[in-house]
Amino acid sequence: METTTKLNDNELDLSKLDKVLDDIEQGNESLLIPALQMAQALYGYLSIPVLEKIADHLQIPLSRAYGVATFYAQFRFKPSGKYVIKVCRGTACHVRGSKGILEALERELNIKDGDVTPDLKFSIETVACLGTCFLAPVIMINDRYFGKLTSKKIRDVLKEYENR
Amino acid sequence: MEKLKTTADLEALRKSLLEAYDPNKTRVRICMTGCRAFGAVEVREALKNEIEKLGLQDKIEIIDTGCHGFCAVAPVMVVEPQGIFYHSMTVDDVPEIVSETLVKGNIIDRLIYKDPVTEEKFPYEKDVPFYKDQIKVVLRNCGKIDPKDIMQYIARDGYSAIAKVYSEMKPEDVIETVKSSGLRGRGGAGFPAGMKWGFARAAKGDKKYIICNADEGDPGAFMDRAVLEGDPHTVIEGMLIAAYAIGADEAYIYVRAEYPIAVEHIHIAVKQAEELGLLGDNILGSGVNFHLHIKEGAGAFVCGEETALMASIEGRRGMPRMRPPFPANSGLWAKPTNINNVETFANVASIILKGSDWYAAMGTEKSKGTKAFALAGKVNNTGLIEVPMGITIRKIVFDIGGGIPNGKEFKAVQIGGPSGGCLTTQHLDLGVDYDSLTAAGAIVGSGGMIVMDEETCMVDTARYFMNFVQSESCGKCIPCRVGTRRMLEILTRITEGKGKDEDLDLLLEMAQQIKVSSLCALGQTAPNPVLTTMRYFRDEYESHITGDCCPSHVCTELFEFRIDAEACKGCGLCKKQCPVECISGERRQPHVIDPAVCIRCGVCFDVCPFDAISKTHEHLYRWTCKEEALA
Repeated sequence: METTTKLNDNELDLSKLDKVLDDIEQGNESLLIPALQMAQALYGYLSIPVLEKIADHLQIPLSRAYGVATFYAQFRFKPSGKYVIKVCRGTACHVRGSKGILEALERELNIKDGDVTPDLKFSIETVACLGTCFLAPVIMINDRYFGKLTSKKIRDVLKEYENR
Repeated sequence: MEKLKTTADLEALRKSLLEAYDPNKTRVRICMTGCRAFGAVEVREALKNEIEKLGLQDKIEIIDTGCHGFCAVAPVMVVEPQGIFYHSMTVDDVPEIVSETLVKGNIIDRLIYKDPVTEEKFPYEKDVPFYKDQIKVVLRNCGKIDPKDIMQYIARDGYSAIAKVYSEMKPEDVIETVKSSGLRGRGGAGFPAGMKWGFARAAKGDKKYIICNADEGDPGAFMDRAVLEGDPHTVIEGMLIAAYAIGADEAYIYVRAEYPIAVEHIHIAVKQAEELGLLGDNILGSGVNFHLHIKEGAGAFVCGEETALMASIEGRRGMPRMRPPFPANSGLWAKPTNINNVETFANVASIILKGSDWYAAMGTEKSKGTKAFALAGKVNNTGLIEVPMGITIRKIVFDIGGGIPNGKEFKAVQIGGPSGGCLTTQHLDLGVDYDSLTAAGAIVGSGGMIVMDEETCMVDTARYFMNFVQSESCGKCIPCRVGTRRMLEILTRITEGKGKDEDLDLLLEMAQQIKVSSLCALGQTAPNPVLTTMRYFRDEYESHITGDCCPSHVCTELFEFRIDAEACKGCGLCKKQCPVECISGERRQPHVIDPAVCIRCGVCFDVCPFDAISKTHEHLYRWTCKEEALA
């Protein structure tokens, strides 16, 4: 895992996290996952200082918090881009060519699935299924859906965002 | 909202809602869940603005509903009281929709459904062929009510099942009713729900839990999503009834975070139910307490497995454990727990109100009732359907589904997601039920149905599923953690043209071992896609290994793109778009693809305006190189 390279984010404002933790019962381990979800909603990703604070509040070792956080695909350990591109790799999308769409995106942006562009503008994630199979193959860029894609169409979609 | 203190209060509320309802008022039922992905939000905004512009907001009501099911023609809407069905509306259609249909009741021809072959018109929802063979029990309110308004649920007999249970039935009666209805768990395993409730009831302990498994993880399945988004109260009511039956006072709905609209709608539903006193303490004066919490998943497919799900609620890694003990005896925090799927709970209120005989009259001898399926893939009418058990695959794919697009041939339908199997042309007249599908090597599963055509490679499909399972494996047991990785390596080699003769026997041997020795159903069912594709499509595997080609033109190492020199007009569009610059040619001269550089991305194939580019698996460049090397 590449998490070790970005894990000393000491400039983060941890007071925001304090507010969130006020609503979470101290020492109640079963609230670990909701706590991690709220922290990620605040900062966009989970850093070691954030994990330490949560572990401390719930009175569990940091290793346990880290072990749970790394188990679940939802949690990111590096910041995501301004535009998060989610590529659906569900069965219906796969059968309609989503692998080619993912490869086209990786080529165009010169990054791999799970990475963010150096200017932090785009990041690519794959999702097992977005549940909008009638649009296959489909991607989401933040909240917007782009469906019935081809390798050609995906370049037009990216052009629209590159100009922003 | 004032709290309802007795079942009589609820009945009085329902009566007053029905009395206040004007059936002749013009209403628009527009899908605002799945259709959001295809323009429904903009259309709805435009409708609202146009109606207000004309000062008609008191005369015309817009109802934001859940999924109507016919997703292929999204966005969809129905105009009441006539029941006119419109689809594929755009913002530009809105002024005419308002002035012609909503005000005058006239039908706009271009917006109604027409059979693509006969061009016969079906302006009314009740006649649209897609809906003809469907029976909606689980989906009865989806598309009809606003899921964010509990009153609309109550007006359609909502919560009258739990009122009947509190007033007239003992817990044993409830269990007996569910048992005799024949309802089997709809999450995929098909275990009789009534029997499971019986175990939890019999378990010793004064603290018991109900869990609703809303972690619908099968790619290609979205039935539970539609129910949670479009009719969350039916799930809450089902859980209330189950809680009464087993003696539980607390419950969790575990819903995957990837369904934000479902999460939002359940939160609203629970809040409204609590405000009315339908959740909380002393519900409807019955003395029963029931508190419902919502937990979001965090992106782990394995958490759909019941013991992993409970671990996740407890704040741990989602790793399954041995059973026995079963959750009914020792589940959440070691207390007796009854866990059921969303769709299972969504059936319960109807069974209580209409009786077990009514439910058991539908379906087959061992698989009673209806099943919701998410129909997707290479089929015309992709969408959400609910049909009686026992209906044939042919009816689903060709009648309801409208057949295969672009004149292609049906090849297979994959049922049951990564745990499931394929059914082929020889199974088209098989009735869908738990036992007949198991005999054919497939499973009913949660309800995801992916149709595949001649351009789907079955080896690639098997590899795709194995890749999914491998990445979602929790890692606890060796057969799954290591076994699926090795099987994936072999499958990947085969799709890259590096297959060996002994690979197929090795895959079969490993599949059997992994099935038998994995800790949980994820590992135990992981080999199923490989087993069924090898059973019915062994020749395709052999083409990849000994024939060195992919006849469906999917595996990139095993087919090529060729430009037909006669059809090519030399427009240069393909050359311009090619990301690896492997196409050469002068303007107005036939162009040529260099197969050594080509990465088979398909852009040239997509953009050629003359259909001059085709896929082939014969005389591949890699063969000619091999032959030259051997010569």
